[in-house]
Amino acid sequence: MDVIGIFNYGVGFVIMAGIYAIFALGLNIHWGFTGLFNIGIAGFFALGAYTAALLTTQPPDPAQFEDFRFGGNWSEIGYLDLGFDLWFFLGIAAAAVVCGVIALVIGYVTLRLRDDYLAIATLGIAETVRLFFLNEKWVANGSKGLYRIPEFLGHVVSPENYDYLYLAVVLAALGVVFLAAQRAVQSPWGRVLRGIREDETAAAASGKDVFRFKLQAFILGAVIMGIGGALFAHHIRFLSPLTFDPLLATFVIWAMLMVGGSGNNRGAVLGAFVVWGIWTGTQFLPGFFADPNLRFFMIGVLIVAAILLRPGGILGETRRIARGADRE
Amino acid sequence: MNQSALNPGLRDIVRRIALGWTPAHTTIAIVVIAAAIGFLPFVKMGLVVNGVFLGAIIALGAVGLTLIYGILNFANVAHGDYMTMGAYATLFVVGSLLPRLGIESSGLGPFSFGYSLLIALPIGVAAIVILAIALEVAVYRRLRNRGVNAVVLAMASLGVAIALRGLVQMIWGGATYQYPRESRQVFQLPMDVRVPPDAIFIMVVTVVLVAGVYLVLNRTRMGKAMRATADNPDLALVSGIDTRRVVWWTWAMGAALAATAGILLAVFQAQLQPIMGWRFLIPLFAAVILGGIGNPYGALVAAFLIGVTSEVSTQWINPSYKPAVAFAMMIGMLLVRPRGIFGGGRN
Amino acid sequence: MGAQCKGGRLLALLEALDVVAGYGETEILHGVSLTVGDGEIVTIIGPNGCGKSTLLKAIVGLVRVRTGRVTFRGSAIAGWPPERIVRGGLCYVPQTSNVFASLSIRENLEMGAFVRRDDYRGRIDEMFRLFPDLGLRPGQKAGSLSGGQRQMLAIARALMLDPSLVLLDEPSAGLSPAMVGMVFERIREVNQSGVAVVLVEQNAREALSMSNRGYVLVAGENRLEDAGEDLLNNPEVASLYLGG
Repeated sequence: MDVIGIFNYGVGFVIMAGIYAIFALGLNIHWGFTGLFNIGIAGFFALGAYTAALLTTQPPDPAQFEDFRFGGNWSEIGYLDLGFDLWFFLGIAAAAVVCGVIALVIGYVTLRLRDDYLAIATLGIAETVRLFFLNEKWVANGSKGLYRIPEFLGHVVSPENYDYLYLAVVLAALGVVFLAAQRAVQSPWGRVLRGIREDETAAAASGKDVFRFKLQAFILGAVIMGIGGALFAHHIRFLSPLTFDPLLATFVIWAMLMVGGSGNNRGAVLGAFVVWGIWTGTQFLPGFFADPNLRFFMIGVLIVAAILLRPGGILGETRRIARGADRE
Repeated sequence: MNQSALNPGLRDIVRRIALGWTPAHTTIAIVVIAAAIGFLPFVKMGLVVNGVFLGAIIALGAVGLTLIYGILNFANVAHGDYMTMGAYATLFVVGSLLPRLGIESSGLGPFSFGYSLLIALPIGVAAIVILAIALEVAVYRRLRNRGVNAVVLAMASLGVAIALRGLVQMIWGGATYQYPRESRQVFQLPMDVRVPPDAIFIMVVTVVLVAGVYLVLNRTRMGKAMRATADNPDLALVSGIDTRRVVWWTWAMGAALAATAGILLAVFQAQLQPIMGWRFLIPLFAAVILGGIGNPYGALVAAFLIGVTSEVSTQWINPSYKPAVAFAMMIGMLLVRPRGIFGGGRN
Repeated sequence: MGAQCKGGRLLALLEALDVVAGYGETEILHGVSLTVGDGEIVTIIGPNGCGKSTLLKAIVGLVRVRTGRVTFRGSAIAGWPPERIVRGGLCYVPQTSNVFASLSIRENLEMGAFVRRDDYRGRIDEMFRLFPDLGLRPGQKAGSLSGGQRQMLAIARALMLDPSLVLLDEPSAGLSPAMVGMVFERIREVNQSGVAVVLVEQNAREALSMSNRGYVLVAGENRLEDAGEDLLNNPEVASLYLGG
């Protein structure tokens, strides 16, 4: 590979790692700061991506596509000609709203109950979302997938330079999300969340409405994941239910957070880049080590090892409280 | 704080039934539920029967999962992948190991599989029991000794689930496999009911194992100690109950049931895929929650209820939504009765 | 068996010396000492939150002893897991949820005998003789027993191992006055059969009157230690803990 090739590869890498970092920040709000166990990230990932894509993708020419129509009936109800660039932002906003609403519903049902009910419910939502997009072909073309998702400001730069532009978009979004997440967790609100994570009974005893705080944190994290999903859709520009395999849409993100340092936003971002680096880097290794299934296995081992050996991840939590230790 | 729709008297009766539950009661309850649904004029009896078979497989997984949940007090997210591992370990024995020893067979009597599967089944189950205990020693015990809360244990089991599935894919790849099989005639019964012979094998195995679980829990010292530990862990400790051995036995039973469920699922759907266990988690947890966490009889009845309901639902909605139906039942239950049908579970 | 002699010093059955213990970052016991001789009844009284229950839990291994010594029959048991302590003949009855509610009466007793390798059916019959109420319906679920019966079952469960010492955490809490009298009567009988008893009690008057010795704990420290009768007559104790 020549220098330019390597450079372009690096740009693509940073775009994906940046998008994953947004997910890791969302998950950090859930798990790192509040102790909410979400194992259905793929559900929010898919909802965010599909919402943004469906709102911005032109419906296909019915003459060419006979057996399905995706993108809804925008043309019939009058495709609002706001210009695509505004649609990009509206799509992101809609993705965030849809994920937030779904989180509100799941959270409302499960967050009053034992902690692990949420895990089971998120798993169920992820599967239901997958089945929905797989079976309801009229929505997004089923397993054949939704393609020709437009590029943001695609007409401004030439296609071969487009990634540079999108790199800037992703990094800007990551910066905004990071600052927002930092502000949120450093606020009094964030301190309450950590209090709930450390000792729910004590937080409740000091008059905090634990359920409401948990619900707010769950929604905030899901909104961040929706934004990540929307950015992903406009980068990959092709979505099918297979895109949101639990491995790449849930498990990898968990590994990123656990490795980087749960409870630390810098750690979440660092973990995203490190794990994505390992993930994409190992494909250049020779023979056996390039086996993607080995990477799959290692993701699991990495999570278990992080919990056992380094519960704080690489960076650890800023205010170190050994999670759960010393409790009777 | 149970916002139950049932009046107190009825609730009390339901509770008492669950407390004095026996396999006989459970069987009657399942038959009554299935028949009540099956004889509804607008429901196809064939779907109900299919649902009972599916329910049997769910039941095996869910009973083990609820025991682990009740005694070890965390949601074992890796339970589905114990099923997958069980199915694949058996595939290795029946497809690679036994043929080398000259043992190959398929089409035993009316069944699609051969007697070699009957040899392989206990070997595959034993392998998963050993795996589960090894993981207890290597991972879960250390975490418990550190005093972490339940969600961290569940988190660790997520890591274990991923690693196990990665292992399966490393060894066998992502392709679909089958146990050596021969096509067999299905039994045609009245009311348009079609029963594949393999399904009868599944039912027999389920009944035998569930009866075995009942005997262990009620007739053996270790089984009673398991119930005692689920009931009151601190008191178990100061009664001198060897909780470490209780934990081992819990894993052994849970893993054995899961592995068997995985093997039967592979027989039932006539294929093995690495993701089969993970996808099965939703009906498993739905049955555990419907039945009340830690209540094996509740899980049993709920498993059949979910099996039948999701199968019957295919009469009106796309069959691939079956897991979503189980999920919807679980969410509905959490809304009205978070402690399960019998109210015995914890929340 | 009387107290053993070792190195010229009289060894008590149980000896706790300067025990420091607590939960998480909070320290509850700041150095408490307690001695129990063979066959004695010893009562611990004190205001709520003074660490009475924590002391029992520390002795039986449910709460970690940070510093200090606990000796039972001559062996240092601090740091042992509860199961090992129980096996040595030191049994404990918690104040609340002290029976396995979903198990039957008989199963509860069987669990009490879990560490016994011999045939313990005779011991169950002995318990039914000592607590006749329990023998009437041995198949009944413990969760459906009355408060007094539950307390009896909890004590019977602890006695299944034929211990030389039982620790009882407020056995009379929440019982009707008639029941309280009966529970104390049973405890006296248990003691007469040769089992030493440590009693943490709110009913200080009844408890002290049947005790050989008593301790007053205040804020995680020893305040007073005396013979049971003398504590009853101590004006300070009388005004603070005996209701005048």
